[in-house]
Amino acid sequence: MRALMTTWLAAALLFCAPLVQAELTIDITRGNEQATPIAVVPFAAEGGQLPVDLAQVVADDLERSGYFAPLEREAMFATPSSGDEVKFGDWQALDTRYLVVGRVRREAGRVEIRYELMDVSDGSRLLGEVLTANDSQLRAAAHRISDKIFEEITGIRGAFSTRVAYVTSQGVGDQTSYQLFVADADGRNSKQVLSSDEPIMSPDWSPDGRKLAYVSFESGRPAIYVQEVASGRRAQVTSFEGLNSAPAWSPDGRRLAMALSKDGQPDIYVMDIGSRNLERVTSGSSIETEPAWAPDGGSLIYTSDRSGGPQIYRQALGGASPERLTFTGNYNARGRFSPDGESIFLIHRGGNGYQVARQDLDSGRLVELSESGQSESPSVAPNGTMVIFATQQGGNGVLGAVTADGRASFRLPAAQGDVREPAWSPFLN
Amino acid sequence: MQLKPYVRSLSVAVSLAVMAGCSSGGGTQEGSMDGIAGGNGAGGAGGAGGAGSSGQMSGSGLGEGAGQMAGARIPEVRTIYFAYDSDAIRPEFQSVLESHARFLQGNPDASVVLQGHTDERGTREYNLALGERRAGAVERFLSVQGVSPSQVEVVSYGEERPAARGGNEEAYAQNRRVVFAY
Repeated sequence: MRALMTTWLAAALLFCAPLVQAELTIDITRGNEQATPIAVVPFAAEGGQLPVDLAQVVADDLERSGYFAPLEREAMFATPSSGDEVKFGDWQALDTRYLVVGRVRREAGRVEIRYELMDVSDGSRLLGEVLTANDSQLRAAAHRISDKIFEEITGIRGAFSTRVAYVTSQGVGDQTSYQLFVADADGRNSKQVLSSDEPIMSPDWSPDGRKLAYVSFESGRPAIYVQEVASGRRAQVTSFEGLNSAPAWSPDGRRLAMALSKDGQPDIYVMDIGSRNLERVTSGSSIETEPAWAPDGGSLIYTSDRSGGPQIYRQALGGASPERLTFTGNYNARGRFSPDGESIFLIHRGGNGYQVARQDLDSGRLVELSESGQSESPSVAPNGTMVIFATQQGGNGVLGAVTADGRASFRLPAAQGDVREPAWSPFLN
Repeated sequence: MQLKPYVRSLSVAVSLAVMAGCSSGGGTQEGSMDGIAGGNGAGGAGGAGGAGSSGQMSGSGLGEGAGQMAGARIPEVRTIYFAYDSDAIRPEFQSVLESHARFLQGNPDASVVLQGHTDERGTREYNLALGERRAGAVERFLSVQGVSPSQVEVVSYGEERPAARGGNEEAYAQNRRVVFAY
């Protein structure tokens, strides 16, 4: 009976999905003074204008990264579309360091995109590429161009072609409804993957970017589910008595760390997904929750209130005793590693309320990154350059993002309802 | 719970309603949670909602009169509130808890879900654990009064189902609560 209902419901949800949108927009809240000036010239179009302004998508991507300050279009007094048309003196006079030019040709439903990245200081060509796409792939093509440009100039792999999962809610009290969405990293192209009258929490991407683990209360109690994003197919992986919360995928994709209270107070467990075998990591009379894996998979960090208030601890798998990592202030929770494993991002309560902070593990130094005092749920981009998090704006939950050094930040407000619990996907290509 | 067969069939109806009425955009899960069946059904079928008894009272009129009649009916006050960062039962709510204890003892077939809630401050998963601690404090109180553990279940919602919106102490105070859901 239950299985049948789940199947029907999955079909219903899939059918509904394209109709439901929770599109996010971007407001830059803090620019980086030291960002590199770049000009992304509008691409010339043959065979009719495209439905997507590729150069604008690229410029917006680069600006959001905090590494670049794209030149405004009104300031451009020439619009070259290939490297050999560029008069570099013009762009040097505008203090532009790099220049992106391109042209598109549309023929029989296919779009051919040519672009070049030029170094304005010496006129050299750093990149030149031809891509083909259909109309529905144009934004993806632009994000790919952004990835290439970002990596060529910074040496850091671009993360513009990634996605973000997040939870939305509408209403209050018993009439609240909850949805789980997946969108592009710029907030566009959102798709609903789950809807429920009961809370949905804690989405976390599998390392291959194909599945989400999350907590759903649809059975009347919290339980952990794993769902394939593309097909909507899903399985319930835990339904223990008490809390079933905070699933976190191991870097090898074979295990889930989680917080369960089946043995009393919430403790950290690791489940082997294939066999469903459970290994208990913590025990005691305190709360342990919010596990996260070190990038090498050898240890976990988690939040514990064993010292009286929540602090972050690190524990190697295999029985070593835990090490307390955070000592600044009396509230540090929900840590997430940087991809290089050298620092953690967390929620820290300081003089300004609950903020996203970064703590370098070697020095122990903690730096506050977000300006809002109601920040939650930090999630790190796979290239480690940005952190997306939940915050509040005008009484509504919105997503915010800040660079790992705190220099630049932006918001992604939704048209309606509350948005929270963002989870940045791994690299998808 | 004798309600269950009804809830199940309603859930199937809801599934069908979702398939038939996608444009409402709400959608729902099977949601066979005891005690809010009516609300689920109405919400799923198009967001009208509100028909079902939620088992949640506003908390007005406190403990007066509740449980005077040795537990023949489910006590009317079904929500108690907590101080910030605390799971201590406040003295003014002891009589409410006692009335529920009397009802449960007098009605061994009845069962209750203690729904623990927190305000929105702090991280969500940690708040889920704090909500469980709050509901657990109520569970222990009932147990000490002699209520059978088999009649009581704890479910924490953390900050996920606020009773009031708003980033102020008034809303926070309404949200730090345990609800008796029969």
